[in-house]
Amino acid sequence: MRPVLVLPEAIWLGILAHCLDGQPHEACGLLAGHPADGRVLRWYPTANAAASARVYTVEPRDHLRADRDAGAAGLQIMGVFHSHTHTDAYPSATDLAQAPDPTWHYVVVSLRHETPALRSYRLADGKIAEEPVVVDDR
Amino acid sequence: MPVEVRLPTVLRAAAAGQASVKAQGATIGEVLGDLTSTYPEMAGQVLAPDGGLHRFVNVYVNDDDVRYLDKLDTKVGEDDVVSILPAVAGG
Repeated sequence: MRPVLVLPEAIWLGILAHCLDGQPHEACGLLAGHPADGRVLRWYPTANAAASARVYTVEPRDHLRADRDAGAAGLQIMGVFHSHTHTDAYPSATDLAQAPDPTWHYVVVSLRHETPALRSYRLADGKIAEEPVVVDDR
Repeated sequence: MPVEVRLPTVLRAAAAGQASVKAQGATIGEVLGDLTSTYPEMAGQVLAPDGGLHRFVNVYVNDDDVRYLDKLDTKVGEDDVVSILPAVAGG
């Protein structure tokens, strides 16, 4: 099956709003669902512990809380999103080098232009592979 | 004594797909030592070459990050739950 990320519209809008709210710093958060179908069912805005416009670190305690909430709902953390405040929606060398899980979806939101751009990638074996993002209204 | 250790997805393959395993020890260092002895493929992802905690993982005892407790010397009991999660960061 071709990799795909399916984002309910409400989650897609929530992610964009969290990224816009986080300016001037990069914003970040986690995605949860059933990894097999690529559909995000819950999302978790997290603090950027790095508090930086150039890098992000998901606040570890926010990650623990998200992991527990997802697990209690029978879901798994299946990806992470973060914003690029002044560059395109493409993973940086740091994103690739520090990607924690080859099965995750890596969403990058660019705030470089007036309209935010959201794209998703798989990062594994040192390679970047973009995947389609489907935003649906269910 | 056996302690429950919850594993992140990235480590589960090394434990036959299990999300949670038991490991023996009275401190985090002993628990992680037993864990990586039972599942040697995890060793390089959990512990640094100097024997300390790998910089790309976070380890918790219940709700607390062991880096803010006594690190590998943090004591654990059989009612505690140890959680390992990857550090999630980028640029």
